[in-house]
Amino acid sequence: MSYFQGNDVILHKENLAKNIYRLVIAAPDIAAFAKAGQFVHVTVPGYFLRRPISLCEADSSRGTITLVYEIRGEGTKALARLNEGETLDVMGPLGHGFTLDPGKKVIVVGGGIGVPPLLQAVKFYGANAKAILGFRDASAVILEEDFRRYGAETIVCTDNGTRGQKGFVTDALAGMVTKEKPDYLFACGPKVMLEKVAKIAADQKIECEVSLEERMGCGVGACLVCACRLKRTEEEKEYYGHVCKDGPVFPAKEVVF
Amino acid sequence: MADLSVTVAGVTFKNPIIPASGTFGFGREYEDLYPLSLLGGISTKGTTLDPKDGNPPPRIAETPAGMLNSVGLQNPGIDAFIRDALPYLQEQDTVIIANVAGSTVEDCVEIARRLENTKVHMLELNISCPNVKEGGVAFGTSCESAGAITAAVRKATTKPLMVKLSPNVTSITDIAKSVEAAGADAVSLINTLLGMRIDIESKRPILKNNVGGLSGPAVFPVAVRMVWQVANAVSIPVVGMGGVASGKDAIEMMMAGAQAVQVGAAIFHDPFAPVRIIREMNEWLDAHAYSSVSQIIGRVEPW
Ligand SMILES: Cc1cc2nc3c(=O)[nH]c(=O)nc-3n(C[C@H](O)[C@H](O)[C@H](O)COP(=O)(O)OP(=O)(O)OC[C@H]3O[C@@H](n4cnc5c(N)ncnc54)[C@H](O)[C@@H]3O)c2cc1C
Ligand SMILES: Cc1cc2nc3c(=O)[nH]c(=O)nc-3n(C[C@H](O)[C@H](O)[C@H](O)COP(=O)(O)O)c2cc1C
Repeated sequence: MSYFQGNDVILHKENLAKNIYRLVIAAPDIAAFAKAGQFVHVTVPGYFLRRPISLCEADSSRGTITLVYEIRGEGTKALARLNEGETLDVMGPLGHGFTLDPGKKVIVVGGGIGVPPLLQAVKFYGANAKAILGFRDASAVILEEDFRRYGAETIVCTDNGTRGQKGFVTDALAGMVTKEKPDYLFACGPKVMLEKVAKIAADQKIECEVSLEERMGCGVGACLVCACRLKRTEEEKEYYGHVCKDGPVFPAKEVVF
Repeated sequence: MADLSVTVAGVTFKNPIIPASGTFGFGREYEDLYPLSLLGGISTKGTTLDPKDGNPPPRIAETPAGMLNSVGLQNPGIDAFIRDALPYLQEQDTVIIANVAGSTVEDCVEIARRLENTKVHMLELNISCPNVKEGGVAFGTSCESAGAITAAVRKATTKPLMVKLSPNVTSITDIAKSVEAAGADAVSLINTLLGMRIDIESKRPILKNNVGGLSGPAVFPVAVRMVWQVANAVSIPVVGMGGVASGKDAIEMMMAGAQAVQVGAAIFHDPFAPVRIIREMNEWLDAHAYSSVSQIIGRVEPW
């Protein structure tokens, strides 16, 4: 693990959908070490605890990282008040990301604000990646063009059918998995969605990795608050691992949903 | 540059700043940011005789100027601490304070025995964890049991013994006096204050454990008051903590009577907090023409 902490300048801020923002931040150290699926821990002015946000993109040649976040409470609301040219206290890159295995085929499955953490992995796999992105409705769709731009055939699903296919990402996934026979499934989104993706992967005997969320303290594995239930093998007993250090990306077969 | 070194129960610290138990793991997590040799010492994560899995999540809730935690002493057990964490720590040129906890007197005695022939410099007996039913708080809230467990562990160790006190009591000075009488070489305080937050939309407590320990800047004035009271009530050294987040806070804690200062939750906000605090203390002492930090210990002039 190699991480940094500093005050980094916000180069670009953009509203992607209602209450969802993209920030591009100058952070050369973080960008140089970042791997797809890792996260950063940011300080929000006026709040004590840092907020974990996954890396959406990291560009080592430009020295930038991209974060996409949704306003979900007080802290993210305050974060949305920061503007271009201001600085943000960022710590990272933290945690373990997705397996990056050249030449292998992946399907990434994202739900809502679980979509951004998958983009950097798609950048790595390019045309060997396919993406299934689920949103509430047409107005909530984000990053669709970015996934296509990096080479992934991309399917959008909305709950009400106002954009792309009507229905859940897991319905679209079931069909695609049998056709494509990917080496890996990567998923990020609501826990119920992750559980269903993990089930499909287990049934089809495909390696699956899921990105988990839990309330966090230190972000580096020192305080042990972000516990999640894990099981290494069928025989071993369950134990508490930690999202910040052991994850946020875990092999789905080790996660106790 | 003022002389920052202090001595607590015969152990010399190069400076008075020590990351607090449970907020700094076993040290390794911060080695990327600064060498641990910059720190006065490290108080390690509370360790029990057998491994402990801890409480279900969520284990943390934010509060105004602080946080609640309900980790529940998750730790790998004393043997794993000695085998896996200690070899690294003893290479770091800093004082190692082993924070230990147990649900019985016998457990605590056994832990002390297992640490006897290690390079740990000092024991910090936690009789104040609010997050597990028998996690010591049962010992820490009555003078008799606090004295009894201190006396038992005292017999089992030749290492300096510091006892960590709970603020969740009517009279912390009475508890401090009884552990002093039972043979403690120092006391540390405060552990967290029991608190609670509720999500009013779901009507559910944020912590799965319902209640948890409050720490961070929110508790600082309570901690300063308790350190001052205890320092005036006992003649053994007091190590102060609770909400320290700046060099000025550390100076204030020492003026109240603390011989050294632990820094906990502030590290979650600023991972550089311990080293920043050391630098800020130095600057303050220089600006006020003190040649040694020991010149300010207990120097509050009460009305
Ligand atoms: C590894 C990881 C990666 C994440 N990546 C992203 C991302 O890329 N984009 C994004 O929009 N969100 C992401 N989240 C969720 C994001 O951290 C929370 O939405 C955010 O912390 C909420 O803060 P708040 O102050 O607005 O909410 P409040 O409810 O006011 O926050 C109170 C406290 O609870 C914590 N908290 C509340 N909800 C969550 C949650 N779902 N997960 C973790 N902590 C929470 C906050 O951090 C804070 O400490 C991620 C979470 C984790 C653990
Ligand atoms: C996440 C967390 C875990 C803690 N674990 C322990 C522990 O294992 N043993 C212990 O004696 N104190 C533990 N504490 C208490 C701290 O060491 C300290 O007494 C308290 O947090 C007050 O200091 P602060 O306000 O600087 O954090 C813990 C505190 C936090 C925040």
